[in-house]
Amino acid sequence: MNRVFKATVVENKKLINNHYLLTLHPAVKIKKPRPGNFFMVAVETGLDPLLKRPFSIHRWIDGNFQLLYRVTGKGTKILSEKKPGNILDILGPLGKGFPFPGKDRQVILVAGGIGIAPMYAMAESIKDKNPLLFYGTKTKKDVLLVDDFRSMGVDLRISTDDGSYGVKGNIVNVLKKYIARDSLKAPYVMYACGPAIMLMKLSGLASEYKMKGYIAMEQNMACGIGTCLGCVVKTRKGHKRVCKEGPVFPIEEIIW
Amino acid sequence: MANKPNLKVNIGKLTLKNPVMSASGTFGYGDEYAEFVDLSTLGAIVVKGLSLKPKQGNPPPRIAETPSGMLNAIGLQNIGIDNFIKKKMPFLRTCKTKVIVNFFGDSIDEYVKAAEKLSSVDGIDALEMNISCPNKQEGWIVFGTDPKVTHKVVSAVRSAAKLPLIVKLSPNVTDISYMAQVAEDAGADALSLINTLTGMAIDVQSRKPKLANITGGLSGPAIKPVALRMVWECFRKVHIPIIGMGGIITSDDAIEFILAGASAVAVGTANFIYPGVTSDIVRGIRTYMSSEGITSITDLTGAIKCRTNRL
Repeated sequence: MNRVFKATVVENKKLINNHYLLTLHPAVKIKKPRPGNFFMVAVETGLDPLLKRPFSIHRWIDGNFQLLYRVTGKGTKILSEKKPGNILDILGPLGKGFPFPGKDRQVILVAGGIGIAPMYAMAESIKDKNPLLFYGTKTKKDVLLVDDFRSMGVDLRISTDDGSYGVKGNIVNVLKKYIARDSLKAPYVMYACGPAIMLMKLSGLASEYKMKGYIAMEQNMACGIGTCLGCVVKTRKGHKRVCKEGPVFPIEEIIW
Repeated sequence: MANKPNLKVNIGKLTLKNPVMSASGTFGYGDEYAEFVDLSTLGAIVVKGLSLKPKQGNPPPRIAETPSGMLNAIGLQNIGIDNFIKKKMPFLRTCKTKVIVNFFGDSIDEYVKAAEKLSSVDGIDALEMNISCPNKQEGWIVFGTDPKVTHKVVSAVRSAAKLPLIVKLSPNVTDISYMAQVAEDAGADALSLINTLTGMAIDVQSRKPKLANITGGLSGPAIKPVALRMVWECFRKVHIPIIGMGGIITSDDAIEFILAGASAVAVGTANFIYPGVTSDIVRGIRTYMSSEGITSITDLTGAIKCRTNRL
């Protein structure tokens, strides 16, 4: 199936505080993305901004798909101004997604800030496992989709930096306390997405408790298909491309 | 009825079915693009620069977008010539287009050894010698910026290479047309220009450079007017064919380069944005020729009409 396609904006809804939910209808049938896959979206047809922007799949609804994004710069600002009926050039789905957990494994999801975007797709794909979601944001206003996760049967643990919602502090510490108390009775597998600092702390935790885990990495990229070599991250096996070998990597593989 | 436009061009002894090729470093080793482009419609594939041994390249972040352009400091990451021959050439031999291999060394000796090795590989049609990467250390930059060193390294490779030799020039010099003459004099069969322009970008919040390497090479439409001017300057000073590149996105961009003096063109950054763009540009050139009544693309090379013949 063609991975170069056009899609019509069905809805571009402001959720809260610079966070938007974009629903797109592809003009042609596209390959169903796996959780952790991403799309490159051209926010303009002109020369500035020049490059497409990568967004992970948030939700797939009967052939339409949703991207959840935060306005952080020029590209996402323009994207936030798109109206229903606007048509966007898109490339995807791209990259390697999250592998499915083993049959007997409990699932822990960890999201920091906008890292919640791919976690929704992941939670939905394994909802029969009643995953636990550890979700940290700066403040109450940034906490998204709580009801959606709950109605899916996800057990949510929330923390905010300022304590305005859930536990005050870092979500990795919340997870650490949980693990220490629970002593990992069942074998767990962890899936995470969020800021580099959070992922780095998680990798420390994973090695301390010998947890299996996968993390979705982010990096500036130009092509999304493995040729510009712009998006590499340092791994134990040398530089690897976020767009091709990633964006999902085994947590122990990344060098921080 | 007018004859079908003839897009064939000669780059030294190398004949291309049309003047459009990929620019090195923007097309991988061809295989990544097979899904998006009918590779047989291209004049040539120019592969990512290779060295004798594989290279890890620079630490990330390696790219930053700038207005109508991008900076990169990949640092010539590549799989090495041996891996390339073993893993990538079998596919490239099936592509029904010419294969041009871009290569570099860290010493004259390495350049020579690389050229010798590549010359004996079945399916490689020409070599493009990179002496112009802006992301290498100071001691390397002289290959493309010090005319004496340029002459020495190009001459040495010329003697060793059994294939048509294209030399890719740096725009980061005072007078590129002088460097073009030096490369011609040293035995180059053709010239590629331009490589990226050295640039930088800073994040004002963190006050850090946006690239780990601090500086990088600027590419994309932002550099097109500069590239075009350089092709025009070199065209008037050398007698060997020029492959023009720098910010080409549309067939009109490509035709501009040809009018300025290029015999062929290479498409770089545009591949990242529109993976099927190379083939679109070939089609666009053909349409232009038909509507302008041009029978052979070679008639367009250097056909810019200037009111005064400024020198």
